Amino acid sequence: MFIPLLVLRNAFRHKLRTALTILGIVVAIAAFGLLRTLVDAWYAGANASSSARLVTRSAVSLVFPLPLSYAQKIRQVPGITGVAWANWFGGVYVNERNFFPQFAISGAGYLDIYPEFILSEGERKAFLADRTGAIAGRKLADKFGWKVGDQIPLRGTIYPGTWTFNLRGIYDGAEPSTDTSTFFFHYDYLNETVKQRYGRAGDSTGVFVESIVHPEDAADVSQAIDATFKNSLAETLTETEKAFQLGFVAMSEAILGAIQAVSYIVIVIIMAVMANTMAMTARERYGEYATLKALGFGNGFVALLIFFESLGIALVGGLLGIALTFPVSHAFVETIGSLLSGFRVSQQTMVIQLAAAIAIGVVAAVVPAWRAARVRIVDGLRAIG
Amino acid sequence: MSAAAQPAPAAEGRQPLVAIHGLSKYYVRGDQVIPVLVDLDLDVYAGEYVALMGPSGSGKSTLLNLIAGIDKPSSGEIRVTGVDIAALSDSELALWRSMHVGFIFQFYNLMPVLTAFGNVELPLQLTTLSRAERRERVATALELVGLTDRATHLPNELSGGQQQRVAIARALITDPTLIVADEPTGDLDRVTAQEILGLLARLNDELGKTIIMVTHDPKAAETAHRLIHLEKGVLVG
Ligand SMILES: Nc1ncnc2c1ncn2[C@@H]1O[C@H](COP(=O)(O)OP(=O)(O)OP(=O)(O)O)[C@@H](O)[C@H]1O
Ligand SMILES: [Mg+2]
Repeated sequence: MFIPLLVLRNAFRHKLRTALTILGIVVAIAAFGLLRTLVDAWYAGANASSSARLVTRSAVSLVFPLPLSYAQKIRQVPGITGVAWANWFGGVYVNERNFFPQFAISGAGYLDIYPEFILSEGERKAFLADRTGAIAGRKLADKFGWKVGDQIPLRGTIYPGTWTFNLRGIYDGAEPSTDTSTFFFHYDYLNETVKQRYGRAGDSTGVFVESIVHPEDAADVSQAIDATFKNSLAETLTETEKAFQLGFVAMSEAILGAIQAVSYIVIVIIMAVMANTMAMTARERYGEYATLKALGFGNGFVALLIFFESLGIALVGGLLGIALTFPVSHAFVETIGSLLSGFRVSQQTMVIQLAAAIAIGVVAAVVPAWRAARVRIVDGLRAIG
Repeated sequence: MSAAAQPAPAAEGRQPLVAIHGLSKYYVRGDQVIPVLVDLDLDVYAGEYVALMGPSGSGKSTLLNLIAGIDKPSSGEIRVTGVDIAALSDSELALWRSMHVGFIFQFYNLMPVLTAFGNVELPLQLTTLSRAERRERVATALELVGLTDRATHLPNELSGGQQQRVAIARALITDPTLIVADEPTGDLDRVTAQEILGLLARLNDELGKTIIMVTHDPKAAETAHRLIHLEKGVLVG
């Protein structure tokens, strides 16, 4: 009981200094947690996606559409149980800040391939029966307070004009990780309108999605699809949905890398700050450490006093920082209005935060503890008076 | 006074508590050698009260530190309580000090975060005594120095004289063989210094403690039984 008492009293000798150190650690650990959670959320979409589905896109680039006629040929490839297509719409709801993904999809075929989007039988029927109907994910609908029956106007950016949809259903996710922030409407409506209104060619789409019998055949089936369109005007690139999503993530790899680097830099900075504080604290107490040693306490005892004090301060800061990560992440999502699916503080993040706090405490104590243990008693005593 | 240059009390056949022979201490600065203590011989017997005087820089503290086992000689023999302390390792020496030496410093050197009670109890944390036994011993020591009513006070709530009395209680608590005091009254006014010196004299008289005290003050030196003069690292007179 003696060492904890001494450590505790020592830690509170300079209340302001200790409080500021703890504050610094709290901020650093919370910032670290927020940045990691942000990166996690980015990958979460990819991880939630299936490797039992394939995505076919233009081999040149995602922005080049594929002819709709490909659907027939893809369907004939062995191992495929369903083909559907989706086209990015890119509309704006009220203002640009309200970003969410919108796809024009091939109705029932598409929904059948995505069983994790759970829609009541009635709403599914109502959606399929209404040419200008649409469905929205629960998270999206909650965010804007939409109810079934509402009219949703979207201002097209790729397809100009205002498009108004009837919200016919709100789907839930089968898993907590299922993304429910997307807006779907009928490809046919988009296609026909584009042809009539703008005289564009139409009959093309951004991607095809295919469900396959055996996920382990994904590579073979993908190759077979791409082989079908080899040497055609629009060659294809097929990969699993997961690989496709990770490709998306890869585009932002540089940004993610930077965020991750910053998160670790924050830890290193607070480590340096705390090491400086502990060095200062220990230096002020050399006389006391020398006295303790003269009385017969060992070098290790003195080093432990510094270690425990440093570790204690770092742990208090770390735990407060972890606790703070939750409200901060929540506020962050609220502020940027993002619908990033899976934006929640993972257990892994908390474990890493805790480990970082311990590392801060230990690293900060190493040099001061080593010095205090090594200082000669007579030199330490000379520091008094 | 007449105590000056008095030889060690008749001690034929008795082993000295402190036996120093040919002791030297020097510091090396680059290629310069700074001698502090030169070929020194000294015996101190159990029960003695020795005052060590001399000009500033003459090596008084250095000698006291060597006897107390917190510094190592450059050469020569130093046996204290029959142990060749120069040969002990750091941890052996720490254990030896905790059992045999009580320290009193000029600036008291109390732990500012511990109460008077906690400070006196400090050396007992290294023993296997139970909480109750420690409590009892501390109470006795605090009573001896007249600070029973200040047990719960922190050092910064005590006067200099009171702090030094706490330090004396701390030096006594393990019932050490030898008490070393480096200018114990150096930071106190005359009246308070007199109180402290009276206390030290009682420790020597009533409890039979061997005391070696460094002092600048001739009045303080008078209270000792024997006076040793150090000048430029050599004992004189
Ligand atoms: N670490 C060191 N390096 C070099 N010289 C030292 C060191 N420590 C002490 N000295 C020298 O040793 C000499 C004796 O020092 P010491 O502290 O023993 O003197 P003192 O007699 O106690 O003096 P004072 O009365 O002022 O306390 C001094 O000249 C001092 O400069
Ligand atoms: Mg001195």
